[in-house]
Amino acid sequence: MSAPLQLAASTTSTGEAFQFWVLGTVAVIGALCTVFMKKAVHSALCLAGTMIILAVFYLANGAYFLGVVQIVVYTGAIMMLFLFVVMLVGVTAADSLKETIKGQRWLALLCGVGFGVLLLAGLGNASLHQFNGLGQANSGGNVEGLATLIFTKYVFAFEITGALLITAAVGAMVLTHRERTERALTQRELAEKRVREGKHVPPLPAPGVYARHNAVDIAGLLPDGTPSELTVSKTLRDRGQIRDVSTEALNDLKALEQRAEERLERTEIEPATFKREASK
Amino acid sequence: MENLIALLIAAPLLGAAVLLTGGRRLDAVGHWIGTLLAGASFVFGAILFADLLGKDAEHRTLTQHLWSWIPVEGFQADVTFRLDQLSMTFVLLITGVGSLIHLYSIGYMEHDERRRRFFGYLNLFLAAMLLLVLADNYLLLYVGWEGVGLASYLLIGFWQHKPSAATAAKKAFLVNRVGDMGLSIAIMLMFTTFGTFAFGPVLGSHEKPGLVTGASEATLTGIALMLLLAACGKSAQVPLQSWLGDAMEGPTPVSALIHAATMVTAGVYLIVRSANIFNLAPDAQLVVTVVGAVTLLFGAIVGCAKDDIKKALAGSTMSQIGYMVLAAGLGPIGYVFAIMHLVTHGFFKAGLFLGAGSVMHGMNDEVDMRKYGGLRKYMPVTFVTFGLGYLAIIGFPGLSGFFSKDKIIEAAFAKGGTEGWILGACALLGAAITAFYMTRVMLMTFFGEERWRRSETPSPAEPSVEPAAETHGEHAEPHPHESPRSMTIPMIVLAFGSVFAGGFFSIGDRFLHWLEPVTGHSHGDAPISAATVTAATVTVMVVGVTIAWLQYGRRPVPVVAPRGSLLTRAARRDLLQDDFNHVVLVRGGEHLTRSLVYVDHTLVDGVVNGTAASVGGLSGRMRKLQNGFARSYAVSMFGGAAILVAATLLMRAV
Amino acid sequence: MNPVNYLYLAALLFTIGATGVLIRRNAIVVFMCIELMLNACNLAFVAFSRMHGNLDGQIIAFFTMVVAAAEVVVGLAIIVSLFRSRHSASVDDASLMKL
Repeated sequence: MSAPLQLAASTTSTGEAFQFWVLGTVAVIGALCTVFMKKAVHSALCLAGTMIILAVFYLANGAYFLGVVQIVVYTGAIMMLFLFVVMLVGVTAADSLKETIKGQRWLALLCGVGFGVLLLAGLGNASLHQFNGLGQANSGGNVEGLATLIFTKYVFAFEITGALLITAAVGAMVLTHRERTERALTQRELAEKRVREGKHVPPLPAPGVYARHNAVDIAGLLPDGTPSELTVSKTLRDRGQIRDVSTEALNDLKALEQRAEERLERTEIEPATFKREASK
Repeated sequence: MENLIALLIAAPLLGAAVLLTGGRRLDAVGHWIGTLLAGASFVFGAILFADLLGKDAEHRTLTQHLWSWIPVEGFQADVTFRLDQLSMTFVLLITGVGSLIHLYSIGYMEHDERRRRFFGYLNLFLAAMLLLVLADNYLLLYVGWEGVGLASYLLIGFWQHKPSAATAAKKAFLVNRVGDMGLSIAIMLMFTTFGTFAFGPVLGSHEKPGLVTGASEATLTGIALMLLLAACGKSAQVPLQSWLGDAMEGPTPVSALIHAATMVTAGVYLIVRSANIFNLAPDAQLVVTVVGAVTLLFGAIVGCAKDDIKKALAGSTMSQIGYMVLAAGLGPIGYVFAIMHLVTHGFFKAGLFLGAGSVMHGMNDEVDMRKYGGLRKYMPVTFVTFGLGYLAIIGFPGLSGFFSKDKIIEAAFAKGGTEGWILGACALLGAAITAFYMTRVMLMTFFGEERWRRSETPSPAEPSVEPAAETHGEHAEPHPHESPRSMTIPMIVLAFGSVFAGGFFSIGDRFLHWLEPVTGHSHGDAPISAATVTAATVTVMVVGVTIAWLQYGRRPVPVVAPRGSLLTRAARRDLLQDDFNHVVLVRGGEHLTRSLVYVDHTLVDGVVNGTAASVGGLSGRMRKLQNGFARSYAVSMFGGAAILVAATLLMRAV
Repeated sequence: MNPVNYLYLAALLFTIGATGVLIRRNAIVVFMCIELMLNACNLAFVAFSRMHGNLDGQIIAFFTMVVAAAEVVVGLAIIVSLFRSRHSASVDDASLMKL
């Protein structure tokens, strides 16, 4: 590897410059997509991409250990955790990007742009043209060098971080864990309860519009054509992931009836009367 | 023997307690209980007096320690009594005159349904006054001082159903409070200066002064002036004189006992008792003499103009106490004579007041001298005793007043220098005016036409009817008559005192030798001989009497007061004292409070309310920033971070 | 190329992340933006490490990663329980802190 030589210089090789400009552009685009994608899962994927690019940059900067850790821990573990939560919360839910707090977007943009300009200007003003390179520091191996530092100079911080991690794990468990306070009812008991209450003695209606759709997220239609949310499972109901096909179904029905009418030459059924009866 | 001292106070105190808490059961005998206990106190006093007489002059100070009142480290106040020649004099005067007036009140208050309570108050007064003169320290004296103030208040307002009496009581109490303030400040000053306020350590004896020698003259002057303020309040001296005239709203025995013979002289007692303080504060002494001189003229002038017999006598009292204060201010030259005049004045002024009360008693409580006249035929005992008191007060040679007042005038001249001449002249002028107004009272009351008859029953035989008399038409015609025995006996006894006390005291300088061990005495350097002064005194007395006779004896006295000169009209209004107080104090106070209220409302409240309102308004607006959205808070944090970065960069750039 | 460009990139990413935190309502996305900011910082640390020729910057970046992992665990747990109780992951819905 010719890296130690290159890293010692204040300028980098053309290869690294090319890599920086190409991957840097992609990283910025990925970051922007993270912010502006409507769906959380897309944001997460874009962020994962950006992180992988950052891992490459770490490697290019002589931080071999960090580069690998970035890929393993960040993109591998943390981003997967994110995706896991996104799935829990609802992968299809798209956020509205419409701002609800008055002036928030403009203030945020103003602050962001101002901050960025200040930061870039500050960096530009700083005399940061002297790069010593990591040649000497990495001479005994990057991982060995880091290990030496971690277990000598930073050993207390390391130990405290360990404690922090354990605390975080316990905290996460406490936050998400729900103790079951009573025994789950068996199917028999549930059936007996239904009969005792006398509300829904038969099983709940199944979802889907037969002959057309049988997906679990499509609510069955009532006789007047409105969808019945009762037919969809509670999880989907809570997520708001019910697909409403009532209009299409009604249109189809109407077309079917019309065709049947034409074929059988029947008189028209008054839909209004029908509807009124049904609503009662 | 010492143990009797507490009994002196205990007897009237017991009387007050029994009479004031005993209820109606005691109505029938209450006045006798009161009189008996006052008499008992007098008997104890007499026994103690005999005991004192039996001792050497040096050993005539008895003390009785009862208990430790405030036993705090560094602040010791004991209930201890001190009976020396000065206290003894006062004890005899208070209990003696007090007992006589108790006796007199039995007759005077006979028709008053609240007589028992009256005697309770009188006994309370006696106890408090005795406590005042027997106290061994200033704090205990203060208790007695406030006690007599309370008794005075209760007795002036005894007829509280009359608004004028209630107001007068309130006025007396309030004005006295100013003086009491002075006394309390003086006590505090004493405590901070000397660490104690007991007579013994602070004052010492007149040969060997106590801690006072160690204090600076400025401090002593301050203490002395505060004591003087206290004395002014209690003794009705200028500028706190205004209450005494109104105090005559009280029953006449009260006027005689409290507002003539005893309580009002407490100020003189205080000054003489504190002689060692005043001796070391010549500036304060000068102020005392000035106050005395001004008051003696003030009271005399007021006395000339009053038609109300009691108010005329009140002016006279003020004036005579002015003499005493003047004498007390003269220092060792005058202390003995101040007390001597105090005692003789106690006799003749009490006698005069009792006489006036007797006259009123016989005249349906009429107090206007212009509606008297020719009463000598109807009440001979009153006439004679009043007359003897009159002769005593104007200083008729040989009677009490002559000796004591003459001595004061001598002492004033003996003060020396210009001051001595001025003070002496004032005292002489006062003597002339005294002779004038007392003669006026005498003539208007006992001589001349019987104006009461004319005014009440207009008859065709007497054509010179005053139309103004119509206003009193609803009153029955008075039937002047001599008062009952219980009233005349005290008057007779006091008349004896008025006649003989002065001579008894003066011949052989008995009183001087009696009191000298306590107060000390010096003769001063009189620029003129005593005989000259005596001659001058008698001369001005004769002049005063003559003028009065020319004005009131030779000519008939109009029933309705003529408009009179400017001075007369001012004097009728007590030389505008109330107007002065009203304009300066009441109005001034009102304006001060009004402006303070204005400042408080606009400035203080404005600042306070304005602050509150602006904070409220600001918070109301700031509240809108708290919309609860975490993202809004994040924006402010981020903005703050941006500002910090900008600041850092700027600072680095500079 | 001057390696300082890595710093410019880090600043840019940080700003984008911060703006995303302010703009997005979905708590998960907000969280991702925070991770982006942390990563930008890490990049800066790594670049500084190279600049100064010692490994302390990398150590700090390493600690940042560990702390970020802990933070993500707790933060996501909070989001999950929030969603469970409110059926929403919007940060604006949790606006009970106003008067």
